[in-house]
Amino acid sequence: MKKEWPVWEVFIRSKNGLEHRHCGSVHASDADMAMENARDVYTRRQEGVSIWVVETKHITASNPAENGEFFEPAKDKAYRHPTFYELPIDLKHM
Amino acid sequence: MEKSIAELEAQFQARIDRGESIEPKDWMPEKYRKTHIRQISQHANSEIVGMLPEANWITRAPTLRRKTALLAKVQDEAGHGLYLYSATETLGISRDEMYEKLHSGKAKYSSIFNYPTLTWADMGAVGWLVDGAAIINQVPLTRTSFGPYARAMVRVCKEESFHQRQGYEIMLTLCKGTEVQKAMAQDALNRWWWPSLMMFGPPDAESTHTAQSMIWKLKRKTNDELRQLFVDITKPQADILGLTIPDPDLKWNEETGHYDFGEIDWSEFWQVVKGHGPMNKQRLAARNKAWDDGEWVRDAALAYADKQEAMKEEKQELKKVG
Repeated sequence: MKKEWPVWEVFIRSKNGLEHRHCGSVHASDADMAMENARDVYTRRQEGVSIWVVETKHITASNPAENGEFFEPAKDKAYRHPTFYELPIDLKHM
Repeated sequence: MEKSIAELEAQFQARIDRGESIEPKDWMPEKYRKTHIRQISQHANSEIVGMLPEANWITRAPTLRRKTALLAKVQDEAGHGLYLYSATETLGISRDEMYEKLHSGKAKYSSIFNYPTLTWADMGAVGWLVDGAAIINQVPLTRTSFGPYARAMVRVCKEESFHQRQGYEIMLTLCKGTEVQKAMAQDALNRWWWPSLMMFGPPDAESTHTAQSMIWKLKRKTNDELRQLFVDITKPQADILGLTIPDPDLKWNEETGHYDFGEIDWSEFWQVVKGHGPMNKQRLAARNKAWDDGEWVRDAALAYADKQEAMKEEKQELKKVG
């Protein structure tokens, strides 16, 4: 039977102070190999100072087909935005 | 060869001085870790306890518009508490430990929330003054040295601006209303003004943490500098409302280019910090009640998850047997 190495998602912090960002995935037999593969594939030009790898099967993703109802609660809440409030133009620093 | 602690600390400080961020897995002095756990968790606690004085008015907001805005503000505060607890957890303290410290009274939160919200106008004054002061305290923290704290503060500050605007709008509406409504607004300003000035902490001469916090960029301006900035920004805003700041010594100083203002009653501040403010007992009791009443929900969710896991395993077993 054919055995395929699992997929790992790769997140890279380009410099301290910034968050890790998803940049792609690698195949590897374990976490250590995934780490080295991620380094070799995604940071050949010093693109990062920190890498996270997480096996893809551990990620729970939202379903784009359900985006409508899933994100609906925030849709009609204009009052969560500062521009909703009417204030005098001579008011400063707010 | 192993580097000595002194060498590591010197390198660490040099990184901060160069403007580099410190991330959770980086080496850091124990004191840096402890101070950050204390400050960020207290900040989180303040967001959570800060929901209580406003929650007091959600059911009695005068219009649907005001009610939805206030609900959204209180929801944001819950969210801000969560961002900050998460940032603190990266330093190796658990969520439960932080809650335990808050609930037992060992950990602090901002003293301002130990004052009562007596009238609807307090929702205006809290948004305008308390959130205004919080923004002035928080903006410099978007560039603090600890990465997770700085990133949490970027989100918080972005969301915070609506809080202050909705508060000011409440004040503006009251001040354009009847004499009684305007008097309500003035009364709220009278009660919240001095506690708001105290939010910046003790005067520089008595502030024990300031020097170390400046070195770590946990503070970029001193308590007194930030307080002055708040007074300078807020006085013209009170003028637009036609309200009087309750300080006979408050006046523009041509020479300094700032407003002079009167003495703060620091004995009141310390009394509230030590637990003897008007609402300290009620606030902690409300937090403890919420935690205790929620216990069955937390347990039920875990029990459900365990059950699902067990059923999944059972199915797999059956498949193997089959």
